[in-house]
Amino acid sequence: MSPAFLNLIETTLNGLMAGVMYSLVALGFVLIFKASGIFNFAQGVMALFAALTLVGFQTGQVPFAHLINAIFGTDLHHWGPGVPTFLAILMAMAVMVLMAFLIERLVLKHLVNQEPIILFMATIGLAYFLEGMGDLMWGADIKPMNVGLPSGGSFWWEDVTREWASEGSEYYGMYIDTLDVTAALIAIALVSILTIFSQYTATGRALRAVADDHQAALSVGISLRTIWVIVWSIAGFVALVAGIMWGAKSGVQFSLSLIALKALPVLILGGFTSIPGAIVGGLIIGVGEKLAEAYIGPLVGGAIENWFAYMLALAFLLFRPQGLFGERIIERI
Amino acid sequence: MLYREAGDFKTDYRSDQQTFPIKSERYLFWATMIVAFCIVPFFINSYWEKSVLVPLLVWSLIALGLNILTGYCGQVSLGTGGFMAVGAFACYKLMTAFPDLNIFFVVILSGVVTALVGMLFGLPSLRIKGFYLAVATLAAQFFLIWVFNKFDWFYNYSPSGQITAPPRDIFGITVTGPNAPPWATYLFCLTILFIFAWVARNLTRGRVGRSWMAIRDMDIAAEIIGVEPLRTKLSAFAVSSFYIGVGGALFFSVYLGAAEVTEAFGIDKSFLALFMVIIGGLGSILGSFLGAAFLILMPVLLKNIFVGTLGWPTDVAAHIQIMLIGGLIVLFLIVEPHGLAQLWRLTKEKLRLWPFPY
Repeated sequence: MSPAFLNLIETTLNGLMAGVMYSLVALGFVLIFKASGIFNFAQGVMALFAALTLVGFQTGQVPFAHLINAIFGTDLHHWGPGVPTFLAILMAMAVMVLMAFLIERLVLKHLVNQEPIILFMATIGLAYFLEGMGDLMWGADIKPMNVGLPSGGSFWWEDVTREWASEGSEYYGMYIDTLDVTAALIAIALVSILTIFSQYTATGRALRAVADDHQAALSVGISLRTIWVIVWSIAGFVALVAGIMWGAKSGVQFSLSLIALKALPVLILGGFTSIPGAIVGGLIIGVGEKLAEAYIGPLVGGAIENWFAYMLALAFLLFRPQGLFGERIIERI
Repeated sequence: MLYREAGDFKTDYRSDQQTFPIKSERYLFWATMIVAFCIVPFFINSYWEKSVLVPLLVWSLIALGLNILTGYCGQVSLGTGGFMAVGAFACYKLMTAFPDLNIFFVVILSGVVTALVGMLFGLPSLRIKGFYLAVATLAAQFFLIWVFNKFDWFYNYSPSGQITAPPRDIFGITVTGPNAPPWATYLFCLTILFIFAWVARNLTRGRVGRSWMAIRDMDIAAEIIGVEPLRTKLSAFAVSSFYIGVGGALFFSVYLGAAEVTEAFGIDKSFLALFMVIIGGLGSILGSFLGAAFLILMPVLLKNIFVGTLGWPTDVAAHIQIMLIGGLIVLFLIVEPHGLAQLWRLTKEKLRLWPFPY
């Protein structure tokens, strides 16, 4: 095989890996949108908040240290060496569940039956709130995330692919980050668990019932409010996973919350209401973005990945306004 | 007692349909205008100008523009920051290419340029609706910012990528650049805002505005009774972008003076404008002003309290400020989803009966 062709394969593979990461974030959006019709802009910030909390527990930071120091003039920062990773993940999960409960109790309960745009705005307000709170609790500096995931290039894969190149050509093998592969495997596991959960458990069936029709679900005795807490908890869990993955990749910092913006084109491409859509959309966007950066980017001066995904999604939308897998929009008068 | 329509008889259609049908409301409006135009300019200093009044006026104009699109025509847009950037860069290019052109016309022409760009990005709205459209307008936001970053023709090949407003004057009084007196920039923005608010009010209650509202309320039904979606939606995009472009031009030339595109016109500006419109009240001219006032004045107030009075470090104060703004937005949506304008309406209803319960 010629090096150019191998480069194409490499770019595509890397695009697929990046796409999986986008799908992870988009998944959280879809879960909440299906169950409550809320377009949850705070998903990205939730990932940031979860990752911050995890790192905070891991390293044993004192929450709100800066605020306490500012008020009482003390000099707090750490309370100890921190807790083991596994325990820290469980504790962060507990915090996300608590957050889901509070969000339902304090915000959603009061906004039932409001227009979608109002709910959307409320989640942006929530995003601001969580952002400020995360910074206030754990400090705004960039923190490394270390949960024992493998990272760095895979030498084995490099050796294997070097053999593929045609005789005599200068080719040094493909670069694939093991962290990306791990992320892809975890994402696959996550989607499988979610699918099994929603197909075979009573709670999962209740979730699907609510997603189908709120009123019908209410009339057969499903408590909407409990379902919402569960859905937001699951979204919190997905956010935690996404936060760990993205955090391990680029450190835990504010820009982590911007991955929500990366997930939006994935969503409109795949459709707001479809879990497979989030996955396929993520893969298409990931591959499209990487290929465009490699082959179109040089023609127009590079750095096009910020908007290319949106344009790609927009082009798809012109042919299918409800996204690839979204429910058909039926309009009546 | 203060606020009654009793005794205020209308004898013709014109006076019955006027913007402020009740006498005390009319007096209040004109009194506010007199204070704003004739009294404030004498007391304004550069702190009030730079951190309160001019941003307030400019953001009111932008909120007004977005309200026309989102509040009156029902098309949610997250591309406001991008359109502001178009206005700002058009203004910069016109200012530097035609140094003799009056700044007023420069600002208006920047609005026209933005209107054309806005119509282009409004085209998908004919096919896409709701949140899908909101996300699609993000494409405009990112694409436009990228364009202004990438092609150095837009910032006249300056090495820093910044655009800086040269000093320009109107009737011999400098209104842009670092040496402009506070009262001049203030009056310049106020005059433009007054004209545009007046135009917006009359547009929205006329034929155009009614067709926008028909599309907002139900586009299929509107189409059946003969409102043409293409023309209506694109005109809403055009007028809205025109306002936002003028706002962006003022934001850059009068308020900031120098701007770097990713910093000055990022996505946070789009959200800020949308917040103003929602908190102020969708589909209300007054709401645009109230929303802008709320979101411009509150951070200033909070900063003064935390840093000035309590003496906390600025980073802690900034975090608490973000938290509080987020919390207040949520609180506002819960208490009054129809915005501050609705609160004002309810207050007026109460005032009309006061001091009696009914």
